[in-house]
Amino acid sequence: MYKLIQIELYKIFRRPRTYIAFAAVFSLITIIQFGLKMDGKTYADFMMKDLSSSITIEGNILNGYLVCYIMLQLLLVHVPLLIALIAADMISGEANMGTLRIMLTKPISRTQFMLAKFIASSVYTLLLLVWLAILALFVSMYIFGTDDLFLMKSSYVVLLKNGDIFWRYVGAFCFAAVAMLTVAALGFLLSVFAENSIGPIVATMSVIIFFTILSTLNIPIFNAIKPYLFTTHMNDWKEFFDIQVTENNEAIIGSIQKPEKIVNSILVLLLHIVGFVTAAILVFKKKDILS
Amino acid sequence: MQSVIQVSGLTKQFNNFTAVNDLSFSVNKGDVYGFLGQNGAGKSTTIRMLLTLIEPTAGNIELFGMNLKTHRKEILQQVGAVVEKPDVYKYLSAYQNVALFAKLSGITVNRTVIMNQLEMVGLAQRANDTVKTFSQGMKQRLGIAIALVHNPQLIVLDEPTNGLDPQGIADIRNLILRLSREMGKTVVVSSHLLSEIEQVATRLLIIDKGKKLIEGAANELFDPSQTIVELTAVDNNDALLRLQNSQWASNLQPQRQQSILLKLHKHQIPQLHKDLVGLDIAVLSLQPRHSLEDYFLQITSGNQHVQAYTN
Repeated sequence: MYKLIQIELYKIFRRPRTYIAFAAVFSLITIIQFGLKMDGKTYADFMMKDLSSSITIEGNILNGYLVCYIMLQLLLVHVPLLIALIAADMISGEANMGTLRIMLTKPISRTQFMLAKFIASSVYTLLLLVWLAILALFVSMYIFGTDDLFLMKSSYVVLLKNGDIFWRYVGAFCFAAVAMLTVAALGFLLSVFAENSIGPIVATMSVIIFFTILSTLNIPIFNAIKPYLFTTHMNDWKEFFDIQVTENNEAIIGSIQKPEKIVNSILVLLLHIVGFVTAAILVFKKKDILS
Repeated sequence: MQSVIQVSGLTKQFNNFTAVNDLSFSVNKGDVYGFLGQNGAGKSTTIRMLLTLIEPTAGNIELFGMNLKTHRKEILQQVGAVVEKPDVYKYLSAYQNVALFAKLSGITVNRTVIMNQLEMVGLAQRANDTVKTFSQGMKQRLGIAIALVHNPQLIVLDEPTNGLDPQGIADIRNLILRLSREMGKTVVVSSHLLSEIEQVATRLLIIDKGKKLIEGAANELFDPSQTIVELTAVDNNDALLRLQNSQWASNLQPQRQQSILLKLHKHQIPQLHKDLVGLDIAVLSLQPRHSLEDYFLQITSGNQHVQAYTN
């Protein structure tokens, strides 16, 4: 099994396509960082225009933590496409190249083959998130420095102390990893049904877009199914940045407002991962290799 | 004789279409087993079932005395295969491909072993080039190197000469003969290029519409007394006249304009050759035509195809 995973990782990282996602993330983050570095004050003033008459904020608002938060909000919506590029290609790409035939004439079980492929695509997903974390968090911290994090929510503002932020990012990235693995598992499942790469990649994104629309629609008839849709839970990494307050409205350092919501979302996402991967293995075990 | 493959009642249905229908055959150790049939006869489906790529609808497959369903891993460790096009990872080099599949086959190989395999198929000089720069023939040979790297006892080659030029076809033929005669491997080779199979196979199975038509030793399947020889002379009319007045008159077949056909025993060909000289016939060519191809067309459903053009 370990050998199979090694082989699958070797194949993923020998393909030029793999590095498109890393290059895309690098380009996007660099551009955003450049823009904020050059014209960040205007951006911060615009963000604060409604509050500037009622509160006064001292210090560096546009610090590395805020820049990272802005980028995560922007990028975590689009990273699924980059993950689908590889995960949705894992089986269909092999079928398209014709290498599935030769692979499956080797003395390996189909279940092991599938698990190795999913683990390899998971490693790719996690490395992409680590890359995102390095660039969006650490490089931003280096360029913009660190300070308290000031976030505007829909009906209130959150101010997190400098020393109470980093662990929240660790939690947010771990949560994002589970969310992105769900996308990888979905792409992986869809790739079993196709013999070209484009179909499953488009199908993965279509499913995500469709479910995301259902998750955000405020129509009562859809409310019953919303808790079961993985897209409803994918953005709950933001919960790490909501803090509990005392009766005097003082922030409780090290707290999260709704930790049970995070746990619930992780469980739903994990169930989806297990479901998608199990379905993919069961379908593949019965599949006739005709390509 | 030790049986390497034993297939009984093998059937595969795709919805309402029966691709392979109650097929039974056996392959003995050391055989070069020719698996023949027209396109769509069920050859590839059968081979894919032997390699666990397709699950049979019914029937039983045993390889090396073990049931394929229950001993898949042990069996596939002893099998090397090229199924149709030998597609490998185009972004990897020939060396990297062989090393990768050797690892998948569960063996640890060093550089010398891999280079020896590439040397055997004539690709040692291109070992470090990416496969995307290879010709079809080179890919085919690389596929065979991959199939052989773990030293399997049984080699399955599905249409190995597809898309190859005459030199490539000759290379594959020589490789098959070498695998069988020098290395003692059992080889199952399917093709619709019947003349190629004829030159290498020791035993044959001919299938049509998924059903077995005939199975047996290659040299027993053809009646040598029914050999057709095609003679082309400088002056065919003059040659025909001379033959009609000779002891070969009864052997003459309905004639074509550009050649003369004689039906005789294969052993009579040397005598015919001598007599043609004696009859002072200026011969341009003398070719036995009763090959496997004639035999094949005779017993398979040739009427489904475009009628042969004769002038």
